Amino acid sequence: MKFVKRNLTLACAGVLALAACGGGDSGSGSMDKLGDGEGAVNLVAWAGYVEDGSTDPAVDWVTGFEAETGCQVNVKIGNTSDEMVELMQSGEYDAVSASGDATLRLIAGGDVAPVNTDLIPNYADVFDDLKNKLWNSKDGVAYGVPHGRGANVLVYNTEAGAAPDSITDMFESDSPYAGKISVYDSPIYIADAAIYLMATQPDLGITNPYALDQKQFDAAIAALESQKSIVSQYWALYTDQQASLEAGSVTLGTSWQVIVNLATANGAKIAATKTKEGATGWSDTWMISSKAKHPNCAYMWLNHIISPQANAAVAEWFGEAPSNSKSCELTADKNHCTTYHAGETDYWSDVWYWTTPTAECLDGREVECVPYTEWVNAWNKLRA
Amino acid sequence: MQITRRSQLALRVATYAVLVFLYLPLVLIFILSFNNTNSLTWPPQGFSTRWWSTFLDVESAREALISSTRLALIAMTISVVLGSMLSFALQRFEFFGKNSLSFLAVLPIALPGIVTGVALRNTFVRFGLDLGFVSVIAGHTTFCIVVVHNNVVARLRRISPNLREASADLGANSLQTFRLITWPLVRSSVFAGAILAFALSFDEVVVTTFTAGAGFQTLPQWILNNFSRPNVLPYVTVVATIVMVISLPIAWLAQRLSDPPNDKLV
Amino acid sequence: MSSVNSNNRAKRTSSSLSRFVQKHPRLGLGALLSGPILWLLVVYVGSLVLLVVSAFFGLDEFTGKATSELTLRNLDEVVTENAYQMLVLRSIGIASAVTLICFAFSMPVGFYISKLAKSWTKRGLVVAILLPLWAGYLVKAFALRAIFEPGSEFGTGGFLKNTIGWSPGFGYLAVIITLAYLWFPYMFLPIYAGFERLPESLIDASSDLGAGSIRTFFSVMMPILVPSIAAGSIFTFSLSLGDYITVKIVGGKSQMIGNIIERTLLAPNQPLAAAFTLWPISIMVVYLLVMARLGAFKNL
Repeated sequence: MKFVKRNLTLACAGVLALAACGGGDSGSGSMDKLGDGEGAVNLVAWAGYVEDGSTDPAVDWVTGFEAETGCQVNVKIGNTSDEMVELMQSGEYDAVSASGDATLRLIAGGDVAPVNTDLIPNYADVFDDLKNKLWNSKDGVAYGVPHGRGANVLVYNTEAGAAPDSITDMFESDSPYAGKISVYDSPIYIADAAIYLMATQPDLGITNPYALDQKQFDAAIAALESQKSIVSQYWALYTDQQASLEAGSVTLGTSWQVIVNLATANGAKIAATKTKEGATGWSDTWMISSKAKHPNCAYMWLNHIISPQANAAVAEWFGEAPSNSKSCELTADKNHCTTYHAGETDYWSDVWYWTTPTAECLDGREVECVPYTEWVNAWNKLRA
Repeated sequence: MQITRRSQLALRVATYAVLVFLYLPLVLIFILSFNNTNSLTWPPQGFSTRWWSTFLDVESAREALISSTRLALIAMTISVVLGSMLSFALQRFEFFGKNSLSFLAVLPIALPGIVTGVALRNTFVRFGLDLGFVSVIAGHTTFCIVVVHNNVVARLRRISPNLREASADLGANSLQTFRLITWPLVRSSVFAGAILAFALSFDEVVVTTFTAGAGFQTLPQWILNNFSRPNVLPYVTVVATIVMVISLPIAWLAQRLSDPPNDKLV
Repeated sequence: MSSVNSNNRAKRTSSSLSRFVQKHPRLGLGALLSGPILWLLVVYVGSLVLLVVSAFFGLDEFTGKATSELTLRNLDEVVTENAYQMLVLRSIGIASAVTLICFAFSMPVGFYISKLAKSWTKRGLVVAILLPLWAGYLVKAFALRAIFEPGSEFGTGGFLKNTIGWSPGFGYLAVIITLAYLWFPYMFLPIYAGFERLPESLIDASSDLGAGSIRTFFSVMMPILVPSIAAGSIFTFSLSLGDYITVKIVGGKSQMIGNIIERTLLAPNQPLAAAFTLWPISIMVVYLLVMARLGAFKNL
């Protein structure tokens, strides 16, 4: 009996130990030299960032890259930043186009390696105010190259009434669009609720939608709870929102310009705008995995995607401001950079780039703010 | 048993109504494969055969088809061997833990696919093993074993033990008995199980999603991913129709093989 | 001459091998079981155990990776939180509704095909019912999406909206109908097999004793069919309980247990996702034990 008991305890301890180990890998340093391509590269990207002609035969900046470098591109579309973090943690992918709410988590978790920008010639042409920012660097070391930036837009059906411009139409129960509203299905959307509160409940004192103390956070959740009754769709897969916009079952929602463009091409009568109270947005960074199996191809891809030609193509297709200053001359629409405010600091002053909320308030306050894991839990409960 | 004419008619109507309902969505898919636009709304806007004439060019579909077939063949082979072994063991012998093992043998299909998928992924990631072809095979084989086992054990139960005894009485050793008596009686259920295992593996998407790595894509994954790519979406309807048509004789065969052997022997 | 010798040698080896196996039956059993046991027990059950254990670990808040700190927090969250309790109940409700619908339709159809259909149509009808299984899960789910699409005054709807002018839209009703559609053959097959195995003598005896057909159906046939029904229900219940893809395709805003497991895993919060899986695992274990009591395992 003692024999059995002891072995059982040992076995249990063994299982526990096995289950506990396998924690974070420490990130290695960046590469010193660029070698030959490994023949393939596995990417995690936002929809529309890695186009090889299968969405639209004219939209392709991948095939040329593959022919030139011999690196076969395999892309996995991440629908939310959370998905991207999870995919990168598995160690199966070489590079990721991460938004600000994923980058710091990846850096802290050791899932991405510092990027040696000397190996990326096109990095020199990137807008200076995107380099070495809070979300893409650590202690002055660059952890990625900027891809581009944009704001989350408000898409609306032009035949449903006068053009909206306020975020209140997304939240108030007397909204003319009630019952046909589409909301992004990710915990980061809580920040949009915070922006709504910044405008409608200024005495809550929210200064940064990602720095919410418990009281402000609870108010945001309450706003989202009451929003539930007027929402008809929580979208993560961009084609879901596209299909609903085309079918007319969604007439108002938070969206990306690429979705608006695709739906319009299929005949949807829609338009997009930035809400006057401010909006959430993103500034994306291409990062390289610390466990990359094809590091050389990954570096080559980074250099390619921020090259003037490719960066112009993707910025136009997706509907965002490019990161390469030389891309503005190369866009098919000569006004693209103006439309997307590529050089305009004013425009971005009320765009809150996606960033990871931490317990240490991002606006510098001394109180304790709600960390991202609580955002996830709250969102889960909201959606259940 | 006396069934009134009216009840008979009602039952027949009910059966055919169910059949109509079962096939309506499939017919819709077939019709939509000739749709002129690249969306799945109804009614179809215009008639076009361009998806049919060009679908062989879609490289991702071809590769996904090949991946799925390879995967299903391998999973089928492994599970036929292991599943039959399990059936014979459970049917022929009494041993400690037999009931528990029978119970365990049902779990892979009784537990939702997401549980299996998440559990296997967790194991592979923890032990630092790569997620790729092997991990998917591991996942698929698990539930395929159960499918084969169900088929074979059901048949084994129906074979009278007298037959084996008679064979032994007549001087055959156990290998000869297996080769000449048991196998002919059992083999059609093994084939039926194999076909079902192949079909299950070919169509599976949940466990595959969680256990597949980068760069490997089965046909169901291709379908799921290509609902995100409007220009490839119509090819999904074409591929679906083809799979349905090819499946008809295979389904027939599987059903034939599942029928118990001639009752006189049992 | 040598071929006869080698033939005899082969015969002798095979017969001595079989005598060895007959003398040591345990070895035969061991050989038969080793492969499957290794697979099922070690790989599969081992993974399940690891998963359950992983639910007891905490999460590094910033990186989203599991820590080595043991905690009951995940379990507590998953069991006591009201929103999640409702979610679990809802999922059980949907799975039960799907099972009932499949059962309600399988009985008359199974009875008809087994007892009333002419013999030359029987096999054709059975194959016709089973064939949609081969069409593929995703294809059917998307086909049903095209049927349920509600559209609006700004755009066209799907099949239902355009033929009968009404559609339930995307939601729990669409999910239940779609799941019942998908899993119907799984309930049908065991019930049909059960009908086929019904001894005619019992039915004749029942009518000889004066029972009408309804009485015979409920008092004689149904009880014998219980194991088959139980076996079929295992599939429809389990497949519906854990489904998350159909919910995403036709469910609109709806969420079931599977969705929250997927969402939590991708958060990433693997320990909490593992805690959530404890719900379907426990529900199914209980369900299986009950069905085993009803004799389902003799009939799978």
